[in-house]
This record gives sequence, C-alpha cells and structure tokens, in this order.
Amino acid sequence: MGLNSLRKESIHEWNEVLNPSRPQIFVGMSTCGEASGVVAVNKAIQDGLEEHGIDAVVNKTGCLGICYCEPLVDIIKPGKPRISYRSVEKTNVSGLLKDYILDDNPRPDLALGAWGQEFKGIPDLFELDFMKFQVRIALRNAGVINPENFSHYLARGGYQGFEKALDMDPEEIIAEIEKAGLRGRGGAGFPTGMKWKLCRKSRNFPKYLICNADEGDPGAFMDRSLLESDPHSVLEGMLIGAYAIGCSRGFIYIRAEYPLAIKRLKIALEHMKRHHLLGENILGSGFSFDIEIREGAGAFVCGEETALMKSIEGQRGTPYSRPPFPAQAGLWGKPTNINNVETWANVPVILEKGAGWFNRHGTEKSKGTKTFALAGKVNNTGLIEVPMGMTLEKIVYAIGGGVCDGKELKAVQTGGPAGGCLPLAKLGLTVDYESLAEAGSIMGSGGMIVLDEDDSMLETARYFLAFIQEESCGKCVPCRTGTRQMLAILDTFIKGRGKPQDIETLLSLGDSIKKTSLCGLGQAAPNPVLTTINYFRGEYEKGINPKLLRAKAHQ
Amino acid sequence: METFKLKIDDRQINAGGGDTVLQAALKAGIYIPNLCYDPRLAPYGGCRMCIVEIEGTRGFPAACTTRASDGMVVKTYGPQLDRLRLDTLELLLSDHPTDCLTCPGNQRCELQKVASFLGYNQRSLKPRKSDHPIDDSNPFFNLDRNYCVLCARCVRTCDEVTGINAIELINRGDESRVSTFAGSRLAESECRSCGECMVSCPVGAIHAKNSPVATEETATICPYCGVGCGIYLGTRQGKIVSVRGNEASPSNRGSLCVKGRFGINEFVHHSERLKSPRVKKEGGFESAEWEEALRIAGDKLSGYKPEEVAVIASAKATNEDNYVLQKFTRAVLGTNNIDHCARL
Ligand SMILES: Cc1cc2nc3c(=O)[nH]c(=O)nc-3n(C[C@H](O)[C@H](O)[C@H](O)COP(=O)(O)O)c2cc1C
Ligand code: SF4
Ligand code: SF4
Ligand code: SF4
Ligand code: FES
Repeated sequence: MGLNSLRKESIHEWNEVLNPSRPQIFVGMSTCGEASGVVAVNKAIQDGLEEHGIDAVVNKTGCLGICYCEPLVDIIKPGKPRISYRSVEKTNVSGLLKDYILDDNPRPDLALGAWGQEFKGIPDLFELDFMKFQVRIALRNAGVINPENFSHYLARGGYQGFEKALDMDPEEIIAEIEKAGLRGRGGAGFPTGMKWKLCRKSRNFPKYLICNADEGDPGAFMDRSLLESDPHSVLEGMLIGAYAIGCSRGFIYIRAEYPLAIKRLKIALEHMKRHHLLGENILGSGFSFDIEIREGAGAFVCGEETALMKSIEGQRGTPYSRPPFPAQAGLWGKPTNINNVETWANVPVILEKGAGWFNRHGTEKSKGTKTFALAGKVNNTGLIEVPMGMTLEKIVYAIGGGVCDGKELKAVQTGGPAGGCLPLAKLGLTVDYESLAEAGSIMGSGGMIVLDEDDSMLETARYFLAFIQEESCGKCVPCRTGTRQMLAILDTFIKGRGKPQDIETLLSLGDSIKKTSLCGLGQAAPNPVLTTINYFRGEYEKGINPKLLRAKAHQ
Repeated sequence: METFKLKIDDRQINAGGGDTVLQAALKAGIYIPNLCYDPRLAPYGGCRMCIVEIEGTRGFPAACTTRASDGMVVKTYGPQLDRLRLDTLELLLSDHPTDCLTCPGNQRCELQKVASFLGYNQRSLKPRKSDHPIDDSNPFFNLDRNYCVLCARCVRTCDEVTGINAIELINRGDESRVSTFAGSRLAESECRSCGECMVSCPVGAIHAKNSPVATEETATICPYCGVGCGIYLGTRQGKIVSVRGNEASPSNRGSLCVKGRFGINEFVHHSERLKSPRVKKEGGFESAEWEEALRIAGDKLSGYKPEEVAVIASAKATNEDNYVLQKFTRAVLGTNNIDHCARL
C-alpha cells in the first residue's frame, strides 16, 4: 500500500503546473503577504481575469522569503518560465495580466526574476544576490508549491524519505540522522540523532513526540513561514521521527497567534489521514501514529521544552529542572522527544537524499543550513536559508544588500532576546553554533537584526531586556526580580543619570542571573546588556550622570 | 532501601534512594540555605538559594532538585557560591518589606534565617513598594501578599497535600501572585481553612490571626475525631494557645484539618464547656458523677424493650469506641437500631 501510483498522478499534475496548457498564476498567500496587501491583489487578479476573459488557474503559494518585494505574484505561461512579479499592487494587476498573458509582454519593469533562466530582460531569480548565496533545504518548497495541495508536495519528492524509512531499521534511521550531523534548530543546537537515541532506548511506554512551533522571539517568523508554506515537510519529519523512536502520539505546540499556519496544518493532517499516513497501521506497515495540534496562549516561556510540556498537560506553563530530560520522563512522565519546526523539516531530505548529501553543507561541527529572519536597517529584508559557516558580512552585504541609505553598520543582533549584539569588528564571524557562542551571542532560533550608526545600543538592549522581563514566568528569583532590577538600572543610563559604579553592578548582577536562573530564559536574559557593555561600553559611559562624574573627579 | 555514600563539604554522608542533595545534606546536619523546599512537596527549584557545586556537573544546580547519587562530590559554600546566593537574596529582599519586628512571621521566618546565615547586612538595590490589600476574610488566618516570596509552597501544599487546589499562582513574572479562583477572597473560595498552606509558608505572608508564642509544648492526640491525628498543644500561662501537627504521627504526618488546627483552644477554655455528665432532675440538668449517671442510664434502659431503643454513635469517638458501642447495642440492648452522626 505505497504512495507510488498517487505519486505518479501527482507528478503529472505538477508537470501540468510547470508546463501548463493554460496560464498558471501563483499568489504568495502567507501572513507576510497578507500584511502587505495580497488579499486585495488576489481579488484584483480574479477581477482582471474576468475583465480580459482570460482562462487561467490561480494557485496560492507560500513565502519565498523575499519580504522586501511582497506581495509577490508568479505567472507561468505555456512554454515559458515561471516569472515572479514584485510589489504587485491591485492597481497594476489588470495591466500586467493583459500585457503579459494576452499581449506577450512580460513587463520586465514589474518583474523580479524568472525561474532558472534569464528571460527577455528579466534576470534569473536564483542569480539575484538575495537568492544566489542561499541553499534552500528546509525551505525547499516554500513559495514554490501550493501548501494546501498534497499532490504538489508529493510530486516534489514528498514522503519518499518516509517510505524509505519504513524499509529501514529504526536504529539505521537514527544512525543516518547522526551521520548527517543534524542539530536542533530551536536554539540550543543539541544533536538530534543523539536525542532520538536516548528516547528510543527508554523502555517506558507510550512515548510522545512534539513539534515545537511556539516561536516566541520578537521578530522571528521562520517557523511560521515554513508551516504556512510547506506543512507537510514538518509533518513528514515527525512521522519519520516517531517511527524511528517508537512514539505513538504526537503534538504540534503552536502559538494561537498563527491562525494561517494552524489552518494549513489542519488541512495537511486531513491529507495524511486520507492517504493512510496517519492513524492505525500507516501505509500497511504496522506502525501507528497520530498528531494533534495544541494551541499555546502566547507566553514566550512556553517555547521552553519543560514549560511547553506542562502547558500541553493543561498546567501553568513554567519550566522545571532537568534531569529528568524529556527523553527520560516528559509529557505525563513518559519518554518524550521534542524538536523544533525547522529541525523536523530537515529530516525528510536527509532520509531521501542521504546523510552524505546533507552534511556537505555547513562546518565541521554545524552541518546543513540555517534559516534567518533578516531584518532591521538592511536593504533586503526577508527570510533566508544559508549554509552554516557563512560570515555575517556575507549575509548582511551580499544577501542583504548592505545597510539602508548608505549608512554605516554598527552591530548585528543575533539570537533573539537571549542573544547579543556583535559589533562591526565581528562581521567576519562565521555563523555557526560555536562561533556565535564564543562571541557572546547565540544562534538562537534565527533572528538577525542589522543596526546602523543611528541606533542606540542602550535602547536595543532595553528592547530585548524589557521583553524578557515581561515574559519571565516568575518561578525563580534571579530572573523574576533580577531582570526588573537590571532594567531599572539600564533606564538610569538611558536617561543620562547612570551612576558610575552601576556598569559594574549590571555586569555582576547579569553574571549572577545567568548562573543561578532555573531555565534558559533567565540564563540568557542578561545577554543583550552584557554584550552591549562588552562591545559598546562607551555608550554606557555617556549615560553616566555628569554631576556624579565630576563629584568622583573631586574625590 | 538502597543506601550509598556521597561527599558534602569534605564529609562522607550516607544517603538513601530517593534523597535529593538537599535532603541528604539536611539529614546529615549540613544546612544549605533554602526557602521553597518543603519535605512534603515535590521538588520545585524556585528560590535558587540552595545552589551548590557538584564535581562533573556544569554550573550551579539547585540541591533541592538534584538527586543525590553514589560517589557524588558536593560543595555547599565557597566565594563564588556565597556571592551568587547573596545576590539572589538581595534580589528577593528588594521585593520584601523590612519591618521584621512587626511582621507576624518574626522569629519563625525562614527568610530571616537565610539572611542571617548569609550575613546579609546592607541593601544595595532599589526596593519595590507593594501595597496589596490584606485578605483577612478567613476567620483563622490572613493572607498578606506584601510579604510573599512566591515560593509557591502554599499553592503546592493545597494541591499536593490537601488535594483541594483552592489557590494558584496567577499572572507572570514579577506580577505573579497567589490567588483563589477568579480572585475571590479566601472566605468565598473553595478553601477549607485547614491552614496547611499557612504551616508551609516560610515567611509571614500567611499567618494565623491570633498566635501568641507558646512557652511549652505537649505531644497529644487531637480530641476531635476518630482519625486521631498527633498534635502538639502549645501552652502559655496555663492555657492552650497553639496547635501544631506532629510530623512523626503515622495517622496525619503533620497535617491537620480546620477543627484540629484552629478549633481546640476555644472549646477547651470555653465557659460553657461540659466537664462532667449531666442528669435531668426536676426539669433541669444538673452535674453528676460518672457512677451516678451510668447507674441512671442503665436503670432506664432496662425499662425498655429492644425495639423501643435507638443509639446514635459519634464521629468524635474513636473507631474502637464506636465498635464497642455497636456491640453493646446489638448484643446487650438486643437491637439493630444504631446509626451515627457522621459529622462533627
Ligand atoms: C525561553 C525559551 C524559549 C524557547 N522557545 C523556543 C521556541 O519558540 N521554539 C523552539 O523550537 N524552541 C524553543 N526553545 C528551545 C526548546 O526548549 C528546545 O530546546 C527545542 O524545542 C528543542 O528542539 P531542537 O533540538 O530541535 O532545537 C526555547 C528555549 C527557551 C529557554
Ligand atoms: S529563569 Fe525565568 S522563565 Fe525560567 S523558570 Fe526562572 S523565572 Fe521562569
Ligand atoms: S487553608 Fe487549606 S484549603 Fe485553604 S488554601 Fe490553605 S491549604 Fe488550601
Ligand atoms: S504565601 Fe507564603 S507559601 Fe505562598 S507563595 Fe507566598 S511566601 Fe510562599
Ligand atoms: S530550596 Fe532549592 S531552589 Fe528553593
């Protein structure tokens, strides 16, 4: 009971999209597109087609990550490449449809790129600076397929990894993941294969599997985009993991603020049920597994794995000390394996193409790719996926197109609220777990914010510290009260009333909070302040009350 | 039980299977500062006072959430540990009033104990003013959130020990506080007034309304019901002023209900308390000796047929007494007419 015949039909269907007999239109319908007005554009497309009497198929697709060009609309005409149009507005849709589809003028002025080739003055999309340095593994289907169409996923190799896994021993699958060197993309970079192995070893049943889609970092949207654009890649990863570890029930813990991702996940779960990829005796293999969606109520700390499990259990979402690790005693005290959305999305490809293919990308210790939400004062903002080990400089300048308005770069903030600010001098740093940690920041889940000469490092540190202070669960003293005290001291510097000795107070308080907090939130909370003191101490010194400085000089 | 050895501050210690590092240390007489630990409750790890260093383990794990294991080498103090603990204490105290002398928790307070152990002697962080209204709706104890250190011992006790779950922590971060469902006052909540939370509270946040310090304590059994909870009655100037559950008593392991905890002094010293049997004479009750009272009862009972008599047993009597009473009813009085009040 394989998927072969269905896959054959799907490939047929997909070919009809790529080499269509009538025009195909793809509209980038994800939350980011919606925010930039794609709903109105979509309506204008329908109207335009009617107005001009054009017979075309309109598809939705996810997000290509090119935020600075949203809304994005693709058109494929028979015998022509797929062309992406940038910043489409409802007012120019009708003209575009008429010009290109009826009159064969591809409107290079409106186009962003043509897929895979130069076409009549339109550059190759994948040769654009923003795209050409990327390696899209987790995002392989994002913005390419219709995320609500199962055939599209299947046609592009979907569920081949899983079918391959079913023919393997669970231990072999885990060995393959280990060999690939896949590490958790949720922040800490723990080796995924080792985690699976620990959970598989436990003789306690049932076992649970969790996909962490809480994504609470301000400014991070990698996981949302991935789920909205290609939910099956994550679900297939979970299926493989469940089979390898021996889990019978899975949960996707996703924040309720992601309604579109939830909707698409639900649609995808329906596909899976219909095609025997979920439930009892999956594809006749004897393996049974189910997935449920659990919506989080929007607490950042509930992305932390122990708090997340408490929340699934229906309790107050506060972390607890490990050990026991989830792999030993997690949900309801049973062995539980938890991985991040992006981690899961990498799994099917590793099975499909092999560990050797996957670990060609990346560095010695950090294999594969990582997605980043590139934001701030950079020309090309968006969601990118790059091989580990790329330098910050290349990301900011080559992919991001440099700092806006020709200003000077001041710092790059990585790792979200728990991360740190790296100065210009650190731009040569390679992006991998070890290098970032050494420089005092972290990879985190993939936020990357570019700051220019006008940005205040104190304000930047304050933004993140204030966020953390709001989101502290309050269970342990150092984080609960320490973050508030640090914030209060930081504010005196921002107001120009800092006490000279308080730079040291911030450093020592920060050190204590890091060392004594219960969970990762508190342990990383002081980072934005500590890294900015480390690299931008001058700005703190400028915040010292001048009277106090004078008094000190008199002593 | 499996036992093993570990080293704490260069001393060899024996510990048992389920012991945490904190439990092993305390049993051996080694004090590690702690606030959110209560031996009756599952490990929590919130106050971070009990951090230690363990050879081969990164960082500063909390002793109360770390299982002791064979061969472990633990350090409970040192320059770095002392500084970290003082910083945490300093933070905690920046959220805490300093009017110890007028606090109902004075001298019983575990925070005072920790502060004096660590040699805390000056405030350096700006304190936060808090002015939560006191919940004094419960007849026996008050909840004063201004003194609360958010250790959640009350909340966990109400869940893990009593199973009532009348209170929970609400909100997040430093807005967290102890609350009943929908924020009602304790008197209008599910609370059964057992006072278990008050006993666990390490500070003066939950305190008995009227609690003079006893000068003497006597171990005894609660007179209220057949469970027979072990208690210590505290006395002062010849009067009972306090009650405390006896942790060593197998029937209650320290727990008490509202009657045992808050109901003894009042009824023992009540002016209308019955201290001898009473016999009805010429329309009114009069005090009598036991001998006389029993004789009258016996005489009168002999005058009735079995089906004319019924007996009501009391939940205040012990199981053994109630057993004898039903035996007496059935075998001596010859009737099955026996029932019980089933409440106090
Ligand atoms: C405060 C805090 C927030 C976190 N939030 C997330 C999150 O939103 N998504 C996520 O995948 N991991 C998050 N993590 C990391 C998880 O605890 C956990 O390590 C991760 O889900 C494991 O998956 P991975 O091994 O695939 O990375 C968070 C950790 C902390 C301490
Ligand atoms: S570190 Fe912060 S978020 Fe984590 S348990 Fe402590 S108070 Fe809660
Ligand atoms: S008195 Fe008893 S029932 Fe009431 S809150 Fe305290 S522990 Fe719970
Ligand atoms: S009221 Fe007492 S026991 Fe409850 S959390 Fe506050 S300090 Fe702890
Ligand atoms: S007693 Fe260990 S953290 Fe509170």
